[in-house]
Amino acid sequence: MALADKDRIFTNVYGYQPWNLKAAQARGDWDKTKNLLALGRDKIIDEMKASGLRGRGGAGFPTGLKWSFMPKEYKPERPGFLVINADESEPGSCKDREIIRHDPHKLIEGALVAGFAMGARAAYIYIRGEYIREAETLFAAVQEAYDAGLIGKNACKSGYDFDVFVHRGAGAYICGEETAMIESLEGKKGQPRLKPPFPAGAGLYGCPTTVNNVESIAVAPTILRRGATWFSSFGREGNKGTKLFQISGHVEKPCVVEEEMSIPFHELIEKHCGGIRGGRDNLLAVIPGGSSVPLVPADQIWDAPMDFDGLKAVGSGLGTAAVIVMDKSTDIVRAISRLSYFYKHESCGQCTPCREGTGWMWRMMERLRTGDAEVGEIDMLQQVTKQVEGHTICALGDAAAWPIQGLIKHFRPELERRINENVREAAE
Amino acid sequence: MADRHLEPDTPELRARWGSFALNKAWDAKAKAAIARYPAGRQRSAVMALLDYAQRQVGEETSTQGWLPIPVMEYVAKYLDMPVIRVVEVASFYMMYNLVPVGKFHVQVCGTTPCMLRGSDDLFTACKKRGMEIGHVSADGLWTLTEVECMGNCASAPMVQINDDNYEDLTAERLDAVLDALAAGKTPKSGTQEPGRHTVEPLGGPTTLKDMVKANHDYRGDWA
Repeated sequence: MALADKDRIFTNVYGYQPWNLKAAQARGDWDKTKNLLALGRDKIIDEMKASGLRGRGGAGFPTGLKWSFMPKEYKPERPGFLVINADESEPGSCKDREIIRHDPHKLIEGALVAGFAMGARAAYIYIRGEYIREAETLFAAVQEAYDAGLIGKNACKSGYDFDVFVHRGAGAYICGEETAMIESLEGKKGQPRLKPPFPAGAGLYGCPTTVNNVESIAVAPTILRRGATWFSSFGREGNKGTKLFQISGHVEKPCVVEEEMSIPFHELIEKHCGGIRGGRDNLLAVIPGGSSVPLVPADQIWDAPMDFDGLKAVGSGLGTAAVIVMDKSTDIVRAISRLSYFYKHESCGQCTPCREGTGWMWRMMERLRTGDAEVGEIDMLQQVTKQVEGHTICALGDAAAWPIQGLIKHFRPELERRINENVREAAE
Repeated sequence: MADRHLEPDTPELRARWGSFALNKAWDAKAKAAIARYPAGRQRSAVMALLDYAQRQVGEETSTQGWLPIPVMEYVAKYLDMPVIRVVEVASFYMMYNLVPVGKFHVQVCGTTPCMLRGSDDLFTACKKRGMEIGHVSADGLWTLTEVECMGNCASAPMVQINDDNYEDLTAERLDAVLDALAAGKTPKSGTQEPGRHTVEPLGGPTTLKDMVKANHDYRGDWA
């Protein structure tokens, strides 16, 4: 069954209407938020758990459970913090931008509700530096909420004091990793920390901290208003709710659209994107969850349900639901090699396997692109990806390895063809 | 990251920037930034201050701005932190320019989603106008940079020029934007696709059509 407009959370996602407080309230935001807080911390967390919401930043960790890791009581010198990850930099992802520039009050209200549920004293929204106009909107929206008494002292007349601050990044993909984000917030280079200690124990300024994605936070007030059973009525078991999908690449009409989780790939594309450029037969492969997940060939993706488990079953992942579509005109080796360049560029340089490995893998990929390699080097590359994966502090090393592994798994004949043709050219 | 370098610390650089201080407007913003963090945690504001300092340098030089060493030293003193910690931050994050740039910093996204939609043509268009990656053009107007994913993938390919994004580009559309900027005009930012509003499917949204004309409240339909 198709998702109805009345069940869409981000009704102003395209920005046809103003983002300001008055317009947002007319759409239903900040409606008796005091009553939501009156549910109490435990009830809010239970409801979020029951809704089945899994984190929308890529890892898919259950949001309610994450909130429950925060301390029940705080010492005055160690308050709790909510950090909202708006450092949207995963190639293909462009959903948080739409939330922030067109529906910022959903995010700010969510920050209050989530912050209250975990007993935090303030939220920091870490927005990527390149979102310059979007940050201007967010600063203005936060000011509106302060002026209306919705956040700050006695937020929404609930008796709870809660601040929301905006922190702008300055161009580093790695700051989307939660501990790197915390380092960056403290005014340092964004290099990930070892875990444990986990942020819920010692995070920002050494205080208990939870880091959540923008979308996870922004959907929370609507879930609480409409109830966990409403939200969990969408999607398959373990993959509940609605989701902003971002479709880019070779479709007729790229777009961002909120749909039901588990919607089959072909339905998503045909309903909202006008289909594949040149028709179904022209589809080559799809990267279904942002650059970090392996690609899926056309025949396997077509009927796959777009959710965490459905894409895992085809050897990939939902990630941020950033769907990058590639038709048969694509130089697939170049497309993946460009991602390798991205990871080389964005490696923070802390762990040797990643710092050296990403550069090595990119240079190898460039040789495979032109066919200037030996067939045996494909296996060597595969081995090196395995030596990077899992041997670094954060997941950037894994993210650099997976696209290459996906390419070798599904397009090995293409790699060999290029090598063979190059050899033939040289011989002639 | 490894190909970034600092502008050499020369007597001329010192003479030009040694007495740098934030002006009244940027200083007020700097103080507001510091106030967003707990007492004693003023270092958290280093990213904001570097941004403000870079913008003021930009205003003084009619460029996008950059960060000479004496300016970083000023920020370090302002926040009571070692200079090297400021330099570390400035060199780690790509949006801080470590060398002078042109009036318009043309940042073409070259990552895969933009590449699939034709960012190669945008580089060609820029190069045709005499721009070269990493260099300021002879007239001082342009600096071309290839940047990584800017998060505008559903309206790719895109270019960010100073503070504004131009999306759904072709070589011709980019040329029109650059011509307008060179002529001192302010081209419309956002999507350059005629008839497209933001990131809805071209030709009109497939969902939430009631929102196009009015600020529709869907709560009446909630069961």
